[in-house]
Amino acid sequence: MAIDRSNIGDASEPITFDVERGAVVRLAEAIGDDQPAYAEGAAAPPTFPTTFNFRLPVQSLRAIDPSRFIHGDQEYVYERPLSAGDRITCVAKIADVNEKETRLGTATFVVVETEGRDEADELVFTGRATVILR
Amino acid sequence: MNVGDELTPLAKEPVTRLQLVKYAGASGDFNPIHWDPERAEEMGLGGVIAHGMLSMGFLGQYVAGVAGPENVRRLQVRFGAMVRPGDELTCRGTVRSVDGDRATLDIWAENQNGEQVTTGEAEVDIG
Repeated sequence: MAIDRSNIGDASEPITFDVERGAVVRLAEAIGDDQPAYAEGAAAPPTFPTTFNFRLPVQSLRAIDPSRFIHGDQEYVYERPLSAGDRITCVAKIADVNEKETRLGTATFVVVETEGRDEADELVFTGRATVILR
Repeated sequence: MNVGDELTPLAKEPVTRLQLVKYAGASGDFNPIHWDPERAEEMGLGGVIAHGMLSMGFLGQYVAGVAGPENVRRLQVRFGAMVRPGDELTCRGTVRSVDGDRATLDIWAENQNGEQVTTGEAEVDIG
């Protein structure tokens, strides 16, 4: 199973997630981040949108053995902070695909863009990741 | 916050295997290269490696600690080198530019050997 440029534009269905305080606290604990605002439910760690990514099935990516992926880079742009109680509707799509030579041989670089909107359909964050498929 | 300022470093506890399991559960990233030594070996990684997003999480902690969680506008990182259980990461940063109420920071996490494993930038509101 491979990914090529014909997969550019492949997108997940929109999925709506409730940002739960317990999930915020568990992520902060795993990071070892003792920021009080997270336990208080006032904010979420900046990398919280990552918890949505693995629940947004882009079929062409879902079909591949996950252990073949390595995360190359990640960007998040925030229109406002996330916090417990938010309901965020997310979509992920393949924005670009390129073959490149790496130290570990030829690999496929897949750029995945994600966006999250709140219940008023206002943009909350956008994500852009490069995942390297070996 | 002034251009050229060096931010106070954040020294993290050593990464542990348990932490990777917790991070897998909290993030939903169950890629076995982060918790299954045999699979990681088969993939030529020489043992489990930490989630890149864990070190980005450290940098998120760092930037939110410096600027306040409500003031983080952008985080961008590149995962340059692998992080393994036992590695001790320190987050560091400098102020690259200030434009009105917005500062751009160069940020990175380096390991116990001084190698920059995760590098990037952040934009924060400082109004």
